[in-house]
Amino acid sequence: MTVTTDAGFGVVLSGLAKSYGPVHAVRSVDLQIAPGETVALLGPNGAGKTTTIDMMLGLTRPDEGTVSIFGAPPAAAVRDGYVGAMLQTGSPLDHLRVREQVALMASYYPHPLPVDDVLQITGADEFSGQWTTRLSGGQAQRVRFAAALAGDPDLLLLDEPTAGIDVEGRRDFWQAMRAVTERGKTVVFATHYLEEADAYADRIVLIARGEIVADGPATEIKAQAGARSIRATLPSVEVGALGALPGVRSAQRHGDAVLLSCTDSDAALVALLAAFPDARDIEVTGGSLEEAFLELTAAGEAPGRPTTEAVR
Amino acid sequence: MTHFRYEILRTMRNRVFYAITLGLPLVLFYGVASGERHATFDGTAFPLYFMTAMAVYGAMYAVVAPGARIARDRSRGWLRQMRITPLRARTDLAAKVAAAYLLALPTLVLVFLAGASLGVRLRASHWLELAGLLLVGLVPFVVMGFILGYLIPVDALAAGLGGVVVLFALLGGVFGFQLATSGPLFDVLKCLPSYWLVQAGKTTLGGGGWPAQAWIVIAVWTAVLMPAAALAYRRSASRA
Repeated sequence: MTVTTDAGFGVVLSGLAKSYGPVHAVRSVDLQIAPGETVALLGPNGAGKTTTIDMMLGLTRPDEGTVSIFGAPPAAAVRDGYVGAMLQTGSPLDHLRVREQVALMASYYPHPLPVDDVLQITGADEFSGQWTTRLSGGQAQRVRFAAALAGDPDLLLLDEPTAGIDVEGRRDFWQAMRAVTERGKTVVFATHYLEEADAYADRIVLIARGEIVADGPATEIKAQAGARSIRATLPSVEVGALGALPGVRSAQRHGDAVLLSCTDSDAALVALLAAFPDARDIEVTGGSLEEAFLELTAAGEAPGRPTTEAVR
Repeated sequence: MTHFRYEILRTMRNRVFYAITLGLPLVLFYGVASGERHATFDGTAFPLYFMTAMAVYGAMYAVVAPGARIARDRSRGWLRQMRITPLRARTDLAAKVAAAYLLALPTLVLVFLAGASLGVRLRASHWLELAGLLLVGLVPFVVMGFILGYLIPVDALAAGLGGVVVLFALLGGVFGFQLATSGPLFDVLKCLPSYWLVQAGKTTLGGGGWPAQAWIVIAVWTAVLMPAAALAYRRSASRA
């Protein structure tokens, strides 16, 4: 079977769905990733991130929908050496040294990177003679990263690459990642660390309960969650009247102060001053990504709707 | 090629296993056969019978060894990792079979040398023929190793692989006694690949190698086990 694979096509997921028995791990995921993009799949545990990545790798067969990696099905893209991945599981092989492990992975690919380069980029060169079974958690993570990089794949899929790694180890890891993304590789990583998604991804895809709930640059996601709020001192005004102002989603009173959470803080501010010129001490604050995250991932969990606990 | 090289390297580096696979049949052979040098058994000289039996015993352990490695790699999540590289499953299996035989071969040679030291005399062509029959007859055990490696949990592995080897060895007459020499039980024993492996010494000496039944038994076992192995492989592919 010949499949033309071309990095120009990028990665396309359309209508992906996967259930395990009654559990809908992934409901309907549509996603297009351009070549060279770094995309974070951000979501709480059980959101469907791992299932999505497994389907992108061809490890899990979707119930519905298709995955196209550079114009080819996952199996073909994997076979032709376009894909490298760091799975959540997958400790190095026993009876091998670190360097041998990386060389072994490199040997499977048609155009691998020189083993020394890989070891150096990932910082695994410091312990390249060590047995793979005698590594610390941080070292094993670097070896797994080196193994994913060794074949010089065009697409790197990283499933929670820094889970269980200390702060310093995480910083080192992302520093090494930078070197990789600068080479024009397409990178998709799953994480539940907001700051990682914010700092290292061009684009954040927020996943909750098996669905994409937001997709865009970090700033856009913050705006989309409408996390800006207006605070003002405004005694003797009905909260209901404030809540009805354009651009305001909800209003709360705390003593003399009122707090308006906004969908459009600009419109809300203009309307507020027009309707209540005696409003004083006005503050407009931008929400954090964390608030946006909580808001977007919690949306739709209305009472009455059956809760589905997605498995990994 | 690198994969093949590392597969062998990993086998050799498992020193304790390697030493036992090579050493145990030798110890048993000398322990039992040195006192029975001139005895006759099953219509042939006991040293020849028992040399063949011990070669079979050691080689069986050697060829189920890839199963142990598969199970360990599986438990470490490495099988899934390998599935997302361009490495083909058949390349991987071919390397594992080659490594298995590379481990079995020195076992055969060492036990043959031990046999010769206790007076087993065969023509050069017969030594080669005996080795050849054993290597072919081991095929079903190679496949059994794969099946167990893909199916059973790693903590039940030693018991699983060891149990299979010991069971087939016992029924095949490896331990120097046969459970039956006639009747319906004997007919059943003659359907086991290990029976014919042990018989290889005697039939080689008589000239003409195995009877047709032996070839059929080996072929049928292999034909039945192969699809089972493919099934086990696919089962382990879905969510390890």
